[in-house]
Amino acid sequence: MCTVCGCSGTVKIGDLELTHEEAHRLGLPHGHDHGHDHGPDHDHGHDRSRPHLSGGTIHFGLGVAGTSVPGMSQSRLIEIETGILSKNDAIAGANRRVLRALGAYAVNLVSSPGSGKTTLLCETIRRLDAHPLAVIEGDQQTSNDADRIRATGAEAVQVNTGKGCHLDADMVAKAMDALPLSPGGFLFIENVGNLVCPAAFDLGEDAKVAILSVTEGEDKPLKYPDMFTAARIALVNKVDLAPHCDTDLDLIETNLRRVNPTIEVIRVSARTGEGMEDWLRWLKGRLAEKTLRKAG
Amino acid sequence: MHEMSLAEGIRQVIEDQARRHEFARVQRLRLEIGRFAGVEKEALAFAFDVVMRGSPAEGATLEMIDLPGRALCYDCGEVVELAERLDPCPICGGGKLMPQGGDEMRIKDMEVV
Repeated sequence: MCTVCGCSGTVKIGDLELTHEEAHRLGLPHGHDHGHDHGPDHDHGHDRSRPHLSGGTIHFGLGVAGTSVPGMSQSRLIEIETGILSKNDAIAGANRRVLRALGAYAVNLVSSPGSGKTTLLCETIRRLDAHPLAVIEGDQQTSNDADRIRATGAEAVQVNTGKGCHLDADMVAKAMDALPLSPGGFLFIENVGNLVCPAAFDLGEDAKVAILSVTEGEDKPLKYPDMFTAARIALVNKVDLAPHCDTDLDLIETNLRRVNPTIEVIRVSARTGEGMEDWLRWLKGRLAEKTLRKAG
Repeated sequence: MHEMSLAEGIRQVIEDQARRHEFARVQRLRLEIGRFAGVEKEALAFAFDVVMRGSPAEGATLEMIDLPGRALCYDCGEVVELAERLDPCPICGGGKLMPQGGDEMRIKDMEVV
């Protein structure tokens, strides 16, 4: 069926046989046989813009909309130039303003499942001691991770995304409402374990922190470049296992810098504590920078 | 990646625009998708058909325009065009390239009645 006039079939214009749609697109006058008779007073209810020949009668404006602008087709073009994720980005912007007003620093922890995000986070919280902080835990199902975080004494909200493969800014906004956020504190957002989708969704965080464990293979940054490009820093976790897995840690760093030449890299082990002080120094440094910017 | 979520984002924009510009139906929608946006176009086309059901864009024609991927080469300092994210720099052969655009996911325009 033609989407302009609703007629089916084809029309003959001279030697050309065209579909109705083609005839409309080319602006060629052609017949519109409705399959029934019209009396002489019959009102088609059509506006008049472009003439259509039909059995000796000239019809105007036979399109679906029933209205038209002279000299133009009945459809109109609306320039949008809007990002597909503009709604998410607007909410992320609001989250960012709340965090800036508080002088709180938010990190979005992203990785594949099983990289050791939650263990690393528990150890980070333990080492941050009494520093004010709150945690948003994203998983498809269960509150296991939030339970583990709460066991450290920290405030945590679990967000279950159901079938969703990533946290979005609205989920984080609602979780932030449910948390006590302290001025000058940290907000840790542990995203759903997924190295693809969370890269595109701004949550309002100050930095994405990618966690990559040594058991995942040195070429992971090349296989999933988007996430490592979006991250400001990568934590290469479980380095205590590297000798047992024949992992080439330098090659991991080379591959990380191939997809993101400016990425910072810290080698850590949440289990042995290796590199944890460097990671904590990084966090506190970024928080201090943000506080200074707010004061300035 | 998450083409269903992207299609839902498109639907939200269309419904907002339908209220603002008072149109009933979208005939054609044009998207601009950067080469580095991580969007699987076939998956998005499929999700689009499913998600637009019951919206003003049900049955609309979806057109996707490719935008080139550009990256800054950290070896020679030039901004170059890349067909694939992991291609070497076409000028110096360097391998450290930071994307500078090409991650766009934009609704360009739509034809409405």
